[in-house]
Amino acid sequence: MLVNQFLVLAAALFALGIYGLLVRRNIVLILLSVELMLNAVNINLIAFESVIRSSDAVGQVFAIFVITVAAAEVGIGLAIVLMIFRNRKSADVDDLSLLRW
Amino acid sequence: MTVGDWVSRPINWVFLVVALLVVFAGFRVVTAKNLVHAALSLVATLGGTAALFLMLSAEFVAWVLVLVYIGAVIVLFLFGIMITRAPTGRDEGLDAERKVWPAILSLATFVILAWSSIEAFGVETVNDLGEPTSTEVIGKALLGRYVVPFEVVSFVLLAALIGGITIARRDLDPAEEEERSAV
Repeated sequence: MLVNQFLVLAAALFALGIYGLLVRRNIVLILLSVELMLNAVNINLIAFESVIRSSDAVGQVFAIFVITVAAAEVGIGLAIVLMIFRNRKSADVDDLSLLRW
Repeated sequence: MTVGDWVSRPINWVFLVVALLVVFAGFRVVTAKNLVHAALSLVATLGGTAALFLMLSAEFVAWVLVLVYIGAVIVLFLFGIMITRAPTGRDEGLDAERKVWPAILSLATFVILAWSSIEAFGVETVNDLGEPTSTEVIGKALLGRYVVPFEVVSFVLLAALIGGITIARRDLDPAEEEERSAV
């Protein structure tokens, strides 16, 4: 298989993530779009690892790091969403205009 | 490599099916009108990604993806959806009205990324269906050369755990707190 197959697929997923990030108004859905983009990065890392075949699997190690950081991000992100929802009774980013004038 | 070479290998057809599934499910994640459907489409995307990792002989990462993402992160998302919005049916107010500029921007990102990677890598091939990377290699790399980032990332995870609990826990009102401390 060509490495380009994986890179173009990852580019498509990344572009979909950007679209979701800009279009969605619900905070949980914005976090889902971020997960899509992180997933695209993981595909790139694994594909490059499969090309260079390093002795210590550096691409896979960094994919594991990305997965770990993404898990931490979701935990904190949803805790913040919960806090916002409790205080403002809404999970819509358009309602969060407190700091805007 | 010609088109004939490409279509004659069964693995490429498997890739094509999985890639179409992944892209379609990813499209559903960003367009679905139902919050739960969007979260479940992400499961399909991640499952397809795990299959791609298996093709690229990254077995350990594929199963980590299944366990951590499909097993834990999606469940967390579903909890978040259920807590922040009780009616989980169709909802037309999930998207902003202006969709043209985001669509143009994401399409431009896709074209630039895809074009530059095609220009840069041409017909370079990956080592597909080779010997899977053994967990021993990954474990030695994690606790050898990359031990400092590994420890840092585990500290980040611990901080996120404590921070998540602290942010999300409901503050007791003063009277209730006094009552508890008296016991």
